[in-house]
Amino acid sequence: MANPTGWKPNMEKTSGGTPETAVGAGGATRGLAYEEPLVFEHKGNGRTGASLPPRGGDFDPAKEIPKELLRGGIEGMPSLGELDVVRHFTRLSTWNHGIDTGFYPLGSCTMKYNPKSSEALARLPGFAHAHPLLPAELCQGALELMFQLERALTEIAGFTATTLSPAAGAQGELTGIMMIRAYHQARGNPRKKVLVPDTAHGTNPASCAQNGYEVVQLASGPDGRLHPETVRAAMDEDVAAIMLTNPNTLGIFESHIAEIAEIVHAKGGLVYGDGANLNALLGVARPGDMGFDVMQFNLHKTFATPHGGGGPGSGPVAVKEQLVPFLPLPLVVKDGPGYRLVTDEKERPQSIGKLREFWGNFGMFVRAWALIRELGPEGLKRAAELAVLNANYVRSKLQDVYHLPYDTDSLHEVVFTDKALKPTGVTTMDVAKRLIDHGFHPPTVYFPLVVQGALMIEPTETESKETLDAFVEGMRAVVAQAKEDAEGVKASPLKPVRARLDETRAARKPVLRWTPGMKLE
Amino acid sequence: MRYHPHTEEDVQQMLDATGRESLSDLFRSIPAALRLSRPLAVPPATDEVSLLSELGRLAARNAVEHPPFLGAGAYPHHVPPAVDQLLLRGEFFTAYTPYQPEVSQGTLQALFEWQTMVCLLTGLEISNASMYDGASATAEAALMAARITGRKKIVVSAALHPEYRKVLATYLRSTHDEVVTVPYGDDGRTDLAALERAVDGDTAAVMLGYPNFFGVVDVVKEAAAIAKKAGALSVAVTTEAVALGLLKGPGELGADVAVGTMQSFGNGVGFGGPAPGFFAIREAYVRQMPGRVCGATVDKQGRRGFVLTLSTREQHIRRERATSNICTNSGLTALAATIHLSLLGRRGLSELAQVNYARARLLRAAMEREGFGLRFSGPTFNEQAFEVGDAEAVVARLAKRGIAAGAPLARWYPDDPRMKGALLCATTELHAPELIDAFARAVKG
Amino acid sequence: MNFPDDLKYTREHEWCRLKGNRAVIGITDHAQEALGDIVYVELPDVGDPVKKGESFGVVESTKAVSELFSPVTGKVVEVNDPLSDAPETINEDPYEEGWMIQVEVANPAELAELLDAAGYQKFIEDEQE
Repeated sequence: MANPTGWKPNMEKTSGGTPETAVGAGGATRGLAYEEPLVFEHKGNGRTGASLPPRGGDFDPAKEIPKELLRGGIEGMPSLGELDVVRHFTRLSTWNHGIDTGFYPLGSCTMKYNPKSSEALARLPGFAHAHPLLPAELCQGALELMFQLERALTEIAGFTATTLSPAAGAQGELTGIMMIRAYHQARGNPRKKVLVPDTAHGTNPASCAQNGYEVVQLASGPDGRLHPETVRAAMDEDVAAIMLTNPNTLGIFESHIAEIAEIVHAKGGLVYGDGANLNALLGVARPGDMGFDVMQFNLHKTFATPHGGGGPGSGPVAVKEQLVPFLPLPLVVKDGPGYRLVTDEKERPQSIGKLREFWGNFGMFVRAWALIRELGPEGLKRAAELAVLNANYVRSKLQDVYHLPYDTDSLHEVVFTDKALKPTGVTTMDVAKRLIDHGFHPPTVYFPLVVQGALMIEPTETESKETLDAFVEGMRAVVAQAKEDAEGVKASPLKPVRARLDETRAARKPVLRWTPGMKLE
Repeated sequence: MRYHPHTEEDVQQMLDATGRESLSDLFRSIPAALRLSRPLAVPPATDEVSLLSELGRLAARNAVEHPPFLGAGAYPHHVPPAVDQLLLRGEFFTAYTPYQPEVSQGTLQALFEWQTMVCLLTGLEISNASMYDGASATAEAALMAARITGRKKIVVSAALHPEYRKVLATYLRSTHDEVVTVPYGDDGRTDLAALERAVDGDTAAVMLGYPNFFGVVDVVKEAAAIAKKAGALSVAVTTEAVALGLLKGPGELGADVAVGTMQSFGNGVGFGGPAPGFFAIREAYVRQMPGRVCGATVDKQGRRGFVLTLSTREQHIRRERATSNICTNSGLTALAATIHLSLLGRRGLSELAQVNYARARLLRAAMEREGFGLRFSGPTFNEQAFEVGDAEAVVARLAKRGIAAGAPLARWYPDDPRMKGALLCATTELHAPELIDAFARAVKG
Repeated sequence: MNFPDDLKYTREHEWCRLKGNRAVIGITDHAQEALGDIVYVELPDVGDPVKKGESFGVVESTKAVSELFSPVTGKVVEVNDPLSDAPETINEDPYEEGWMIQVEVANPAELAELLDAAGYQKFIEDEQE
């Protein structure tokens, strides 16, 4: 019999759905998600998920190590089998949005696709299992890769040499400012101030302060650009450097850069470039050709190394000739037919020293090099062109419903505000949360600070026109809903495993670790 | 190009929508004089097959057939395949910093679990969401101690990892804090009498390794007491975190701060990076702690969830008054460590430490049979320094056979004649007893 | 928005009430609203000196941090300690329960230099332009 029980499902259609179930512009709908406690909250009863080899001998640590320094099993650590652990983390992962899930229009972050081939390459045993202290003849492959990457990055940005060492963009900035200080110090006067525009990323003034420099903030003009007169008025022989992002954090090209660099150089200062927005310039223009003396890269932005929930990044720093002596250690140099690492200060007496252990985030070097290698000069330029095209397309499709604070040309990112929504009471934050229900990660919000209620959108070149069209639809749908149903927007997000979280409570009464029997009242 | 999805038709439609003539026109805000007039001089584009082949050849030129007998800050351990396979889930791997917590609960809960594990291993009350690496964590600990105490002197053991001490010097050069180095004795431990003389009312922090660079279990308890008496903070620095499966956490011995790297869990040696630095402190210092931190809270429906918190210490709000300029953490590598530690669990972590200890004792016995004794008499975990005569020659000779023999200590301590013949060797669960025997014989020559 | 008539105000959004030779000081309704939910406040100790125009502490919300600037010169004689456990008091009642410090004023004439309620209100309106 075809149907022994006689049961048939009731396929009668129900209505379109509630806000929680209606399919969002980005395709977001319901799904089966699991509640999952902390790994410590599972009962374990002494299981383990590890498979270890035998000790190989019977040795009692107490014979050698003072007994009061020894511990037994750590109370509170989980006791789970492998399947329990696998389920735990698999379930946790389903609560996340990732580039692999959907669009991430985060301005200033360059959330482009992370190539899978880069992952396969980074995991090759020859790279993953190479100890950093291997004798040079046993790691020529790693050294050659570092050398090639250094040459490529230097060429892409238009400088003389690059250090691969800094662990992240912010550490790269620290390195850059340290080198600037060392440069001035070698000339007898470290100077006192650094000029920073009001559009700067927060790491910029923080890096200056950590080097003992006073930060002088410069006001950008009504066109969103820094003007030469402003710099001229602030520039004197007490200024060590100016720190600029180009294009700036508004996505606008600082077209006065050549003149500004000249003003600063004329009084003996240096020009630092925050290379976070390099994606807009690849193959089109080079910071080194604009007058910058030093610039940090963000490999996790421009060169698609994975963000992994917040890090690690990698922040190589490129310099012009006059700063080369101050580069941190180590450097990879040619040594006859092969390569070696320069780690000895005696070889580089003016180096600022080391900023981290070993040589840099090598895993990120493999991935960045793989991308540069696959794209080639044409692909790199194409990336910039499409990144800028995508941002301008989104701009043209939203400028009639969202307020555009600057008329000036956008490059790879565009900034809107929530000004047009003021009558509805819906804010930038509300827009961000409602976009989640549509299936998009929100854009960057409330940055840069010069713009009130900023919504910064950077599509990147790896997003298709279809995705952008869906995003535009979602953004427009939120505006429409704000006019009819502001409360509905303010109640979002409704679809993810958690609704809006009480951040005030988290800061007033910090609970930063699990404790047995932990309860949040 | 597989990552650039636009067809010619897409490009044309989009150009029309923006009112631009051509792709080049999109860059009209860049002065012509600044535009690049030639293609970038990088190698020409290639396909995936050739890419994998070319980089595969580079990887093959690194000698990884045998596990290296090398530690010195990076420890070769077994990473279970389950770790990578979980880590590679796109929702973890390709997620951004969890600034929008509703769609980042996976990352956030995992960070909360990392923070908890760091506290459990170190015996301290609070941990942050990871640091770039162990060396910068050490430097940031010194800066924090200076802020908290208002003092300017950092006292450091000469047996603390030399690279870490160099990084410390680089960071402190800008703040004009003074670094005073205290020598080690013949047992490889910090000289307590010298430490007592060096620590005074000007001292912000006392820092030593645990285990230290020589693999020796250093005198954290005594150093913490000396620091406390003088009103300074004591900082224990751990580069081989598996040791915390056998040794008490620094917090239990009286240390105020514990930093270092958890590279040994979930992360291979990877030619030196990246790996999760860790930073753990007593609760009283929480508002001075650098880096990101994740906290528990509730959502609008009363369900427990997690958010990044105490952000006002950080650069994106405080800017020049930030506790540090740090932006990213090392979330992915911290996640790898958290997954690995969850798989090990209480029993597995303990046993892993015992296996490491046993393999190091096997090496000691094998080296003794070949006539090589220890340089230092202090207790060690899985790393120890042997007297081998001409350490550099041994390394060179074994390198010809594709074996990484260890680290000659004279490279970092050229002025100490006791180090001339000393070779620092690490052994872990990766070094099988047969390999250990063969190694000792090979050292003999 | 509340601008009590009997108070004096600064351009850094502190208010000041003179009680004999003591100045009671806090932050305004406008300030607490701009900051958002206050999570932490750092105040000086009793006996600490303060100077007009200089920072005497810090107030933090979840999204911002602000220095507190003294409208007068003198010595701190009382600190509102309960604020450290209940910083939300500043949001709920900025002019009464949310007072922060009391200062023994060296020179009461300094208060005449501060803004009155109307002046402060106008200052805010001009800022919003």
